[in-house]
Amino acid sequence: MSVSVRIPTILRTYTGGDSEVSATGGTLAEVLDDLDASYAGIKGRIIDEAGQLRRFVNVYVGSEDVRFLDNLETATPDGTQISVIPAVAGGC
Amino acid sequence: MSTVVAEQASPTPESSDSGRKPTLREGAFGNARALTCRECGHEIPLGPHYACSECFGPLEIAYDFPAVTREQIEAGPRNIWRYKALLPVPDDIEQSPNMEPGFTRLLKAHNLGRTLGIDNLWVKDDSTNPTNSFKDRVVACALSAATEFHSKVFACPSTGNLANAVAAAGARAGIKTVVFIPSNLEKPKQVNSAVYTDSLVAVNGNYDDVNRLASEIAGEEDGWAFVNVNVRPYYAEGSKTLGYEIAEQLGWRLPDQIVIPVASGSQLTKVHKAFQELIKLGLVEEKPYKVYGAQAEGCSPVSVAYKAGVDAIRPVKPDTIAKSLAIGNPADGIYVLDICRETGGAVEDITDDQVREAIVLLARTEGIFTETAGGTTVGVLKKLVETGQLDPTLETVVINTGHGLKTLDAVSDQVGPAATIDPSYASFAATGIA
Ligand SMILES: Cc1ncc(COP(=O)(O)O)c(C=O)c1O
Ligand SMILES: [Zn+2]
Repeated sequence: MSVSVRIPTILRTYTGGDSEVSATGGTLAEVLDDLDASYAGIKGRIIDEAGQLRRFVNVYVGSEDVRFLDNLETATPDGTQISVIPAVAGGC
Repeated sequence: MSTVVAEQASPTPESSDSGRKPTLREGAFGNARALTCRECGHEIPLGPHYACSECFGPLEIAYDFPAVTREQIEAGPRNIWRYKALLPVPDDIEQSPNMEPGFTRLLKAHNLGRTLGIDNLWVKDDSTNPTNSFKDRVVACALSAATEFHSKVFACPSTGNLANAVAAAGARAGIKTVVFIPSNLEKPKQVNSAVYTDSLVAVNGNYDDVNRLASEIAGEEDGWAFVNVNVRPYYAEGSKTLGYEIAEQLGWRLPDQIVIPVASGSQLTKVHKAFQELIKLGLVEEKPYKVYGAQAEGCSPVSVAYKAGVDAIRPVKPDTIAKSLAIGNPADGIYVLDICRETGGAVEDITDDQVREAIVLLARTEGIFTETAGGTTVGVLKKLVETGQLDPTLETVVINTGHGLKTLDAVSDQVGPAATIDPSYASFAATGIA
């Protein structure tokens, strides 16, 4: 399952500046593992010590926040677009 | 090298200095010293950054305040710039074209107080700002930051009021504006933006979708200042002026309790920050005060977490007439919980029908026509008294943040002519109104 992942600016040091990278995996957890294999350390910035999504990171699979889906177990079918976005924006 | 307004691709902004940062004017941010992470305390130099490079936590402004006196403040203009020493703006801020918001009225609400059984109630009426909401305050500070960063575009995702304020302030400052709103927004809020800008973008989705889109655009486009994304730390400071004004207008003292609407929660956290700063600077006497947050039931992630006694906020899909408060994934929600709990306040929510009733109640008791956000706040105040969560013998301030003309539809079925009559005295007499 090949998916594409949009990388926020503060994590682009890990991807050599790339804003969009590809990865594989059938679930978000697998995708993050695969991402970490290519870009060592990036997973630890998205996931905390307890293995949960950090509270100031939002991850979207397609257009849906994974907290409305199955969190890290959210399925990531072939061609899925994943976005990692800092959560602190807003104020309406 | 063009101005870089987006977060820079570097491990830490300290190490990204090598020629990429725009040169900042001396004193461009007044007494602001640095950006500091609210979560881990990591500090970075002032710049167009909003998320901590270490932990993604929100960055906020830290200051080195000089001694500031009441007299200095009182000698200032009758707008938010009287507090410029406490904001991330330059000393010559009054020379740049801006909307000069603030110093709105603090009204003693005798009739509403009597109706609700509160001895001593005030309404801080921010609906009289230039574009009729408190957003003119935050936008004025964001505009100053955008200007100092040499931004080419002034932008925001918005539930309406912010878009109105950005579009108007950008027009006056002569900077291009692009404002993004959910496509189902109230018509008056759309018109109130479109009249000032040719770049109002309606997005098919809710505010959280619009916010996400803006975050992505902010990461891609150089030279764009999204007021509530990459210049958010500067923007958010504008809400402190609500707190400063309330204290000054009460004769340089803090109220016992205050009720504040919550969408992202930024405003509530900044009013609290303002009160704390006033105490630290010796401008008011230290005293306990309670902070209450108000939400509408159809979008009450913070109130739900408060009532459940948990620290994590579960995002929701909003469904309420209080569209200006319809943020399902509030950025400052956890800080609202902290503040309301620490100060002994609460977070409460009410139904859309109660929002409508409260709009009419405020209008008929105090002559103030508020929008749905203010209806939510006044309605929550009423509920807090009825449920014994708020002590009616203590001095209370409720904030009205926006004008009712922007959400006319909310009450247009509730109110109307009491009678339709022929132009004769007999017809009038028959109504029984006399
Ligand atoms: C009239 C009104 N009141 C309150 C708010 C909520 O502000 P905050 O996001 O700071 O909680 C908004 C946000 O748009 C608003 O328009
Ligand atoms: Zn941090």
